[in-house]
Amino acid sequence: MQYLLMCCFDEAKWEKIPEAERDKVMKDYHTLLQDLVKSGHLQAGAKLRPSATAVTIRKKNGKPAITDGPFAETKEQLGGYHLIECQDLDEAVGIANRIPTLPLGGSVEVRAIDFQEI
Amino acid sequence: MSEGAADDIRGTVDDIYRSDSRRVLATLIRLLGDFELAEEAMHDAFIAAVEQWQREGVPKNPAAWLISTGRFKAIDAMRRRARFDASLGEIANRLAAAANDTSGWNEEAVEDDRLRLVFTCCHPALASDAQVALTLREVCGLTTEEIARAFLTTPPTVAQRIVRAKRKIHDAHIPYQVPSQRELPDRLDAVLRVIYLVFNEGYSASSGASLTRHDLSGEAIRLGRLLVALLPEPEAIGLLALMLLQESRRAARTSREGDLILLDKQDRSLWNRDQIAEGIRLVEQALSSRRFGPYSLQAAIAAVHAEAPSTAATDWAQIVGLYEVLMRVEPSPVIALNRAVAVAMRDGPAAGLALVDALLAEGDLRDYHLAHSARADLCRRLGRTEEARASYQRALGLTQQGAERRFLERRLSELPAEP
Repeated sequence: MQYLLMCCFDEAKWEKIPEAERDKVMKDYHTLLQDLVKSGHLQAGAKLRPSATAVTIRKKNGKPAITDGPFAETKEQLGGYHLIECQDLDEAVGIANRIPTLPLGGSVEVRAIDFQEI
Repeated sequence: MSEGAADDIRGTVDDIYRSDSRRVLATLIRLLGDFELAEEAMHDAFIAAVEQWQREGVPKNPAAWLISTGRFKAIDAMRRRARFDASLGEIANRLAAAANDTSGWNEEAVEDDRLRLVFTCCHPALASDAQVALTLREVCGLTTEEIARAFLTTPPTVAQRIVRAKRKIHDAHIPYQVPSQRELPDRLDAVLRVIYLVFNEGYSASSGASLTRHDLSGEAIRLGRLLVALLPEPEAIGLLALMLLQESRRAARTSREGDLILLDKQDRSLWNRDQIAEGIRLVEQALSSRRFGPYSLQAAIAAVHAEAPSTAATDWAQIVGLYEVLMRVEPSPVIALNRAVAVAMRDGPAAGLALVDALLAEGDLRDYHLAHSARADLCRRLGRTEEARASYQRALGLTQQGAERRFLERRLSELPAEP
């Protein structure tokens, strides 16, 4: 079963963290990703550019309406994602627990991928 | 076959349904990997039992017979449906290939399945009300109507919660397993919380169909016993002790008119001695593990009360000490309030009142009726009648529960008249 881990974080808070601490988090992240590649869990994933670079598209009366910014105004923004292969939800949650931005106050949403009829 | 014999078999099957259906279901869920399919299969197996046992007699191990029959019924049902959904046929074939292997459901595996079922129903990925509904339905076998009545909601609401929870278990692949040792403390907490919630619903609610709610306390104790038998963790033992000690006072807690009787006015000869003895034995077992937590500590407090012949002869110093440990393990304003009341019993009402006033000043308890009624009681004992009156009235304004309102009104009327 595949799960998408969506890592959310308060971008403004991230900017305020001292450089050395940020480097440490990114190093831990690198180690974790290497582990997950080795164990065969990691299928895909990436860090995203800041949410200020986002555009959101909706359709109004059949016409595309393009707006600036992420789809919802929230305190936390989607900062990256990982697609992982796991046996069940508990294993996926176990991996999500190891994400190094969590102790800094971020959150990770874990969602099973719907592979109906594939 | 005479009609009498057919009735006999039906009676026997009913008995076995009551005693074994939850174990059969738990194992079928593991074997079939699907809650709904397992439930259907179990019901088909019981229907088959009535027919077949009439002809052939009751098998030596009815639970094993029901599991095996249920499994084949499920395979049949999937094959029938495979005409519409080819993937079911494949799953049915895979299940059928494994179906003759009975090694996976010896007595021990079946008991493990019950524990798996408890943990799956209380999985933290499920909403808390869904955990309760699912546990009562799947582990305890209560009907949707019974659960709805107990929690003052409607059967369709309960049914919807259960359906949603089952869908989530299926879609998110929530595992059917007992968590690993590393995860156990967190996950066990959820299970204990659900059991205690069920108990409290049966214990403290005074509205609604009281009979069903009384059954809920019994159901929670039964669940607690099951958990202790399968997983003798200190906090599971502590929770069972706590429930038994609280339940032991049931007969003394309310008057014939349904009015609340506080601990110090209770007729202690009405306390259930067997439950107290068992509770105390379990508390000692939990505490001696040195890995105890809040449930064991609350049980220890209940045990000190249970051992005392009267309020005056209660070991209040020990109770204060236990509340202090509890504050370190799980600090909360309500526990601080209970500690203050215990201090009042040990050192006199003035000492208690100073603590209660400090707690009220912090603000967390401002809308908690028991904080105001505790304050009222301490003022009354100090002869500060006007303050007592104001606090009783404040408490009265904050509670809707009938028995508690009547208690507060009585206390108010007993205060000496204004000078």
